[in-house]
Amino acid sequence: MAADKVDPIHQFQITKILPIQVGHWDVSFTNSSLFMAVVVILATGFLVMASSSRAMVPSRWQVVAEMAYSFVADTLRDAAGKAGMQFFPLVFSLFMFVLVANLIGLVPYFFTVTSHIIVTFSLAILVIGIVIGFGIWKHGFHFFNLFVPKGVPAALIPLVTLIEIISFLSRPISLSVRLFANMLAGHITLKVFAGFVVTLSAAGAVGTVGSILPLAMAVALTALEFLVAFLQAYVFTVLTCMYLNDAIHPGH
Amino acid sequence: MIERSPGRDPETSEADLSAAARTPTDEAALAARLERLGGTLEARRAAEEAENAKARPAGFAQATKIASEFVAGVIVGGGLGWVIDRALGTTPWALIVFVLLGFAAGVLNVLRAEGVVAGAGTRLREAGKNSGSASGRSDEGPGPTA
Repeated sequence: MAADKVDPIHQFQITKILPIQVGHWDVSFTNSSLFMAVVVILATGFLVMASSSRAMVPSRWQVVAEMAYSFVADTLRDAAGKAGMQFFPLVFSLFMFVLVANLIGLVPYFFTVTSHIIVTFSLAILVIGIVIGFGIWKHGFHFFNLFVPKGVPAALIPLVTLIEIISFLSRPISLSVRLFANMLAGHITLKVFAGFVVTLSAAGAVGTVGSILPLAMAVALTALEFLVAFLQAYVFTVLTCMYLNDAIHPGH
Repeated sequence: MIERSPGRDPETSEADLSAAARTPTDEAALAARLERLGGTLEARRAAEEAENAKARPAGFAQATKIASEFVAGVIVGGGLGWVIDRALGTTPWALIVFVLLGFAAGVLNVLRAEGVVAGAGTRLREAGKNSGSASGRSDEGPGPTA
């Protein structure tokens, strides 16, 4: 791993664990797939284990699981109202997946699933696909009223509608870029500062004393990364709820 | 806050009047006190606001939020224009027009993310307020064409 310390990007490399080829498509089982599976197993295992006792006086684990549940439920109800609760399974799964993926990525040598934009973009496309599909299924052509703001003079409606459509289509991109950029930047920064410690302490006594500074920085950054892991999972959830709200009530 | 204090002034001075005779010096002292109170409240509000600003999510999260909102608009606009150009063979016109529209959408995204402009859903609820500002814009619209 000595070569890694000069290359903070190396940690995001995808490696094939089990090469699979179906026709023209490469569907190999990679380290990213492995950690996605680990995330799903961990999140499911934790929730099943924590809620299995169903005690009236909850154990510590059960309290954590209940907190996660009510946190997401409150967020969804605030953003999308009572009708939004039909999407609770989706939103809760998304929240747990992103949160556990972010947190697992903080363990050294573990792969961070959410630091790849294709992963976060797939999640965002899933959300927007559901918003569009549900909106059209529920409201039919009325759903497109979302793009035609009221109180705009007729002459400006084509222009404003075009801008609104582009703004709507840009949502999955901004949703995925935000999560991915935060995780990527955080991990690179952490790696760079940790790399300083190694390089400096290899440079003799003065370097060893000097390496205290980047070491302190790395410790502080780790704490910050925990905050970011929670915050970004929360932001992803809140935005999902807001977009679902548009599908449920497209401005009427 | 300073606007409201003169409105309250006669009320309190009337209460004072019932208790004791009103003199010009009383009036001046009261005005000074109200002035001081207004100043203190203003200072406290400013301090609270500064505290709130500090308690906002980490600066980097704020930065990525705004940057991603803006860039996403431009990318989608450019992408749409490129696709339309490929489909209709109108290179480069659709790209130019849609990148410009994308910039507008990016700015709209940023303003929405910061809560300066209401979202598409919420805006309809306060349509009255919005149509006022929209009609202000429409005055400029027909101007050049007429």
